[in-house]
Order: sequence, then structure tokens, then C-alpha cells
Amino acid sequence: MGNVLGLIFANMHDMTVGELTKNRTMGSVLFGGRYRLIDFPLSNMVNSGINAVGVITKDNYQSLLDHLGSAREWDLARKKGGLYILPPFGNAGAALYTGRIEALNGAMSLIKHSLCDYVVMSDCDVITNMDYRPIVDQHIDSGADITVVTHTGQYTNEEIKMSTVLNTDDSGRVQSVLIRPDLSGTCTCSLNAFVMSKDFLIDLINDSIARGRVSFETDVLQAKCGELNIRAFEYDNYFSKITSIGSYFKANMDLLDPANASKLYLPKRAIYTKVSDNAPAKYDLNCRVVNSLIADGCIIEGEVENSVIFRGVRVGKNAKVKNCILMQGTVVADGAECSYLITDKNVNIGSNRILTSSPAYPMYVGKGASL
Amino acid sequence: MFNKKECVAMLLAGGQGSRLYALTQTVAKPAVPFGAKYRIIDFPLSNCINSGIDTVGVLTQYQPLVLNEYIGNGQPWDLDRLHGGVHVLSPYEKASGKDWYSGTANAIYQNIPFIERYDPEYVVVLSGDHIYKMDYNKMLDFHKAKNAAATIAVLDVPKEEASRFGIMITDAEDNIIDFEEKPKNPRSTLASMGIYIFDWKKLKKYLIANEEDANASKDFGKNIIPDMREAGEKLVAYRFDGYWKDVGTIESLWEANMDLINPNIPIDLYDPAWKIYSRNPILPPQAIGHNAEIQNSMVTEGCFIDGSVEFSIISEGVTIEEGAVIYDSILMPGAHIKKGAKVEYAIVGEDSVIGENAQIGARPETIVDKDTWGVAVVGNKLNISDGANVPPKAIIYEDM
Repeated sequence: MGNVLGLIFANMHDMTVGELTKNRTMGSVLFGGRYRLIDFPLSNMVNSGINAVGVITKDNYQSLLDHLGSAREWDLARKKGGLYILPPFGNAGAALYTGRIEALNGAMSLIKHSLCDYVVMSDCDVITNMDYRPIVDQHIDSGADITVVTHTGQYTNEEIKMSTVLNTDDSGRVQSVLIRPDLSGTCTCSLNAFVMSKDFLIDLINDSIARGRVSFETDVLQAKCGELNIRAFEYDNYFSKITSIGSYFKANMDLLDPANASKLYLPKRAIYTKVSDNAPAKYDLNCRVVNSLIADGCIIEGEVENSVIFRGVRVGKNAKVKNCILMQGTVVADGAECSYLITDKNVNIGSNRILTSSPAYPMYVGKGASL
Repeated sequence: MFNKKECVAMLLAGGQGSRLYALTQTVAKPAVPFGAKYRIIDFPLSNCINSGIDTVGVLTQYQPLVLNEYIGNGQPWDLDRLHGGVHVLSPYEKASGKDWYSGTANAIYQNIPFIERYDPEYVVVLSGDHIYKMDYNKMLDFHKAKNAAATIAVLDVPKEEASRFGIMITDAEDNIIDFEEKPKNPRSTLASMGIYIFDWKKLKKYLIANEEDANASKDFGKNIIPDMREAGEKLVAYRFDGYWKDVGTIESLWEANMDLINPNIPIDLYDPAWKIYSRNPILPPQAIGHNAEIQNSMVTEGCFIDGSVEFSIISEGVTIEEGAVIYDSILMPGAHIKKGAKVEYAIVGEDSVIGENAQIGARPETIVDKDTWGVAVVGNKLNISDGANVPPKAIIYEDM
């Protein structure tokens, strides 16, 4: 594998989980008890030997900057390479972007000055432990202009309506592209990760900007799939794709099954995240915890079942938490009961309050709310 | 040119920990895991940075590999600094010859050049085997206010325990007028905590003098403090009233871990203003299975628990299978307890595997002859076969 630059789009798909991204980017959405979504592509890049990564962001990026810091936790606090955070207005010609091409134009100086031969791009909506090396290798061997990481399988209408669908021939070459089609069933969906050579990408950006083409999906993948050699890399490992608050809930809950967790958290390819120096989780004398993920810094005095509990959550005496995602710093006071709830950071649920929702539509409680 | 530091801390971490031998065969005692996600040395290191002391020398000579790697550049404790920071100080060869550290005082003596680089007014001497939270800055203020040559932190212990400690006898002003090492009939209940603050110029003088005395044992308690008292230096006792525990033995290590889950013991690891820092494991949150029962325990990242856990400390990456029972025990990082195994009043070392239905230790109420009861220990990286029985008080060094 040649020298590779990683580019992560932190704000793409913000709208799919609008509640969660009100005050943050898609990349800084909390996930799985102690992570943020950007931890997955960022760790994957580092674990694939990519040591220069640009994070492209647009707005609401305070939490993202706070999370990434100097990127030491991802081993990207480097003299050579390391992490580059790319807010909008990256160069004189680039304004606040609307499409991926414009976003890339804002990152042009990083791409141009990088010593890389290839660029791996990823969004933050797919949770997986992906090795980019075989993808780059296939890209080089196949002589493709663009390689799109895809997965062929059964998808619901809701999922497909939020995805780019590719039709490929037997050799894996993309024949046609559908953007957010109203379909369901078996198809090949993009996992929003792409490989291109640096030179190809620079030409593509310059050419598209000159012609006022801003969307990578519509103006490049779809419009140029006959003209360019666009190829799919079929990805078969465990992944979750977030297309709605419902799929966000499910992606978290799927990790309660150790069979899934063991495919995401690989001992030799760890997922890194910001360290917050919490004390271990403490289980009190009369607590009852089953089938749950609990992070450090929690103090559990009540009951927790089928739930994902982030760092520093308190569950009071006789409180009952079932089928919930409780983010960092949530307090469930004594005697309160909640089920099918997603609480954002620092939510307070008062004593003896009862909050229940349904599996079809888990209730979301905004950051810092007191109930 | 080095920036001047008012106060430099010297942390004695060279001890072999012979009484913890099953756990310290390949690691120095300060690197022994403690409290689920810590190692013993996290406590003094965190106290230093929380007290505003950012220059720390860690003196090691026994099995320093794990300790050196753990401390690294000091970043987890915010001790990676442009000036100062944490430095691991091993014995080294000098033009005049080479020496191991032959005592606590000799270890500091050999590192006089390190201390002099920072030109400090004061030196704090700490020990790497105590669990406590303490603001050294308050002790330093006390030392300055008393205009002392040396200040020794003391803890008021129950009279019946006083004979286990070095006891300080003080006057009404807390000046130390005499001391006795593990006295049969203690004349005071003020026990030395092994935490000293010295006026550096004075300490240096006594270190050099002690070094020139061929018969001296080169030890703070046996030489430096008595020498200073004989010379009429002002020695004062600084009374500390928080939680403090020496974890030099299996029993005290086990007790100190259990203290963390005892609501009546005043050591709070959840205080955001005085965090205990550690090198955090890179592992997912703990997963609690369908069959788990956990009560009154501390558990950290990367564990999978499907058995029953009560009154226990479970370190990172531990697996407890369905039907296993852990009671009043400490499981160190990476331990794996298989189906149906019972671990009671025991310490299981790092990466050890306990086979199905094995029995490790026992509850004291099930033992008739109380003298045969004690905490059972399985050392590091051992395999205990299915159905094996490790009796209470046993210390296991080899696979069985």
C-alpha cells in the first residue's frame, strides 16, 4: 500500500439523526457507552497504517474539537503527518460548503501538499472495524478511478432511502447509480467510504468546481459512471449504518450481543477514544444489572436491563432502567423508571418519575434537560 | 538551563515487594494492579500533580520493565512537561564506579545531580506502596510555617495497632522529640506514613555525611532522621486525618481493595477535583450478560461478566463465565474465570485462567480452624485446571 492520506467528513449525514446533531457534528455523536462516531473511521485509519488524517467539518464543531484535542489518543499527535482539522473557508476560494466536492475544495491545500499517493475518504455514519489496506490494494490492482466500499444485502426501505445504491457488473465495475431510491430488498449500498489516487482527486475537484458541480454522489458517481472506471469493494464484515434515530438505537443495542461486539472490538485493532480518567463503575449493594453495557465512572444503585450506559451515569436506588441509552452524566434519581429512552448528556430524571416509550420510536431527551 | 522548581518529589519505587512475591515476580510492587483500573503508583503520582508538584523522580531498580513502560512519558498524570515532569531514575554507572541503590537514603544520594538541576528549596520523599489521597502542598505550607528542617506526615492509629509502625513521639507543638520503630509498648499513637518533606540544603548535607559513614545502613528511618535529631534540627509531625494504607502484604493489599467498596471508608475515587489518574486501558465498556448478578463491586472497561460477583474488585479485560461465583475477591487484569468456578476471599493474578468448577479460597465462616484461613493468591499468568482446589491462605506460583 502506498502512502495514504485519510479524509473524514465529520458533518455528512447530520440530518439523519437531527436530534443528536443539534449541538454537535455527526462525528461527535456519542455511541456504544464510551465512543463518538468519529472514533471508528479514525481508529480504522490509524490501524490501517494511515498516519495523516484530515477531518473536514462545517459547523457545530466545538464538541468535535474538544473530543479530538491533539489526537494523542489516536496516536496522531505527530511531527510527520498526524491530525489536520479542516473547518470551512480552508482557502481563499472556498466558502461554506453544501456538497462533498466543495468540502474537498476547502481541503485542497492539505491534499495538494500531502506526500500521499492515494486518498481514503470516510463519513462517520458507519460503525465498523474496517481495514483499509485490502481496499487500497484492490483499488491499485483494478486500475479503478474511484473505489466505493459497498455491502450487498437485505435493506429496509428506510435504509435505502438514505443510501446510494450501485449496480455493478460481474467484474465489480459500477454500471449505474441510484441516489436515495424508494426501494427495499436486496441491493448493493455504498458505505460512504471511497478510495482515489491523489492526482485523480485533485483533477476531479478542480474540474467539478469549474463546472459548478458540488455533489460527489450525483455529479460524479451517478453522472460519470459510464465515463469513469468506478468499482465496488464488497465489504462483508460486521457493520451498522446509521440512517435514523431508530437505526442509531438499534446499532447501540446490537452491541449487547457479545457475538457482535467481538466483531467490532478486535484486540489487535482497538477502537481508540478520548480518555476521561473516570474511576471504575461501582455496583451498589442492592443493584441488579443484566444484559447491559456499562462504562467507567457509573454508580449503579438500582436496576439496569438491556441498556447502554455511558460514562459517569448515576442510577439511584429502586430506579429501573430498561432498554435505554443513557449518555454521559445522566442522572436517574431514586425510584424513577425509564424504558426506551435515549437521554443526551447530563439529563436529570427526577425521583419517582416514570418515562416510557415504545421500541418503534424511542423517546429522545435533549442535552441537559431536567425532567 | 533548567527552570527552578520550589519543590521536587522523589518517589521510592525500588522495593522488591517480597511479601507480595506471587504478584511481584516480574513487576515492581508500585506497578501491582490496584482498585480495578489503577496501579499502586497512580496514587502518589496523582497526589503530586493534584498538589501542584510537576517534577517527580521515580527511583527504581527491581524489575523496572513494567513500571517504566507504565509511567512512559508521564502523560496520563499530566507529568509530560517542558521543564520537570516525571523521570524514572535507575542506578547507573558513574566515572567513580557503579552501585545499586543500597538503601532509601542512598537512592536519593545517588540522584543529588538530578535534584540539583531544579535547584529546589524543598524535597518531598514519598513511597510507592501506599494508598491515600493527600495534598502535599498543605503539608509544605505547614513545613514552611513551622520553619522545620524536616516534616514527617503521621497518622493517629489505634493503640493496639501502633506497634506495627514507626511511632513518633511529639511535644505539645508537634515537634518530634523521639521515635521508636515497631515498639512493643508504644509511647504514642502517631505512626509515620513514610512521607517526608525536607529542606533540600539540609537534607543534602545529611545524605553526604551518611554516605561517608561506612557503617550506616543508608536508610531514612534508621539514619537520616536520627542524625538530624541528634544534630538538633527541627523535626515536626504533620497530622493527616484521611484514609491511608500501606499495601506491602497480601492481607493489606486485599483489605485496601475491599476498602474501596466499603461505604464507611473515606476514600472517594469519584471526586472530580482530585482524580486518581492512570494509564487507561483501550477497551470497550464492560458487558454484563443475561445471567450476571453483580452487587457491591467495582468493575472496569473490557470485562465480560455473566456470573455472580459480590464484594469484589474486577480489573480490565476480565471474563467471568456463566455460573462462576466471585466473592470478596480481587481479579487482576485479563483474568478468566470459567464456568462454575468459585473464587472466594482470593486474589487472582494478571492473565491467569481458573478452570471450570475450580475452587479458589474459601469463606472464613466455612473454616473450623480459623488459623488455617487467609486470602488465597493465584500468581500471574497461571492456569488452574478444571475442578482444582486452591485452599485458603495458599499462594500459588505454578500451574496446577
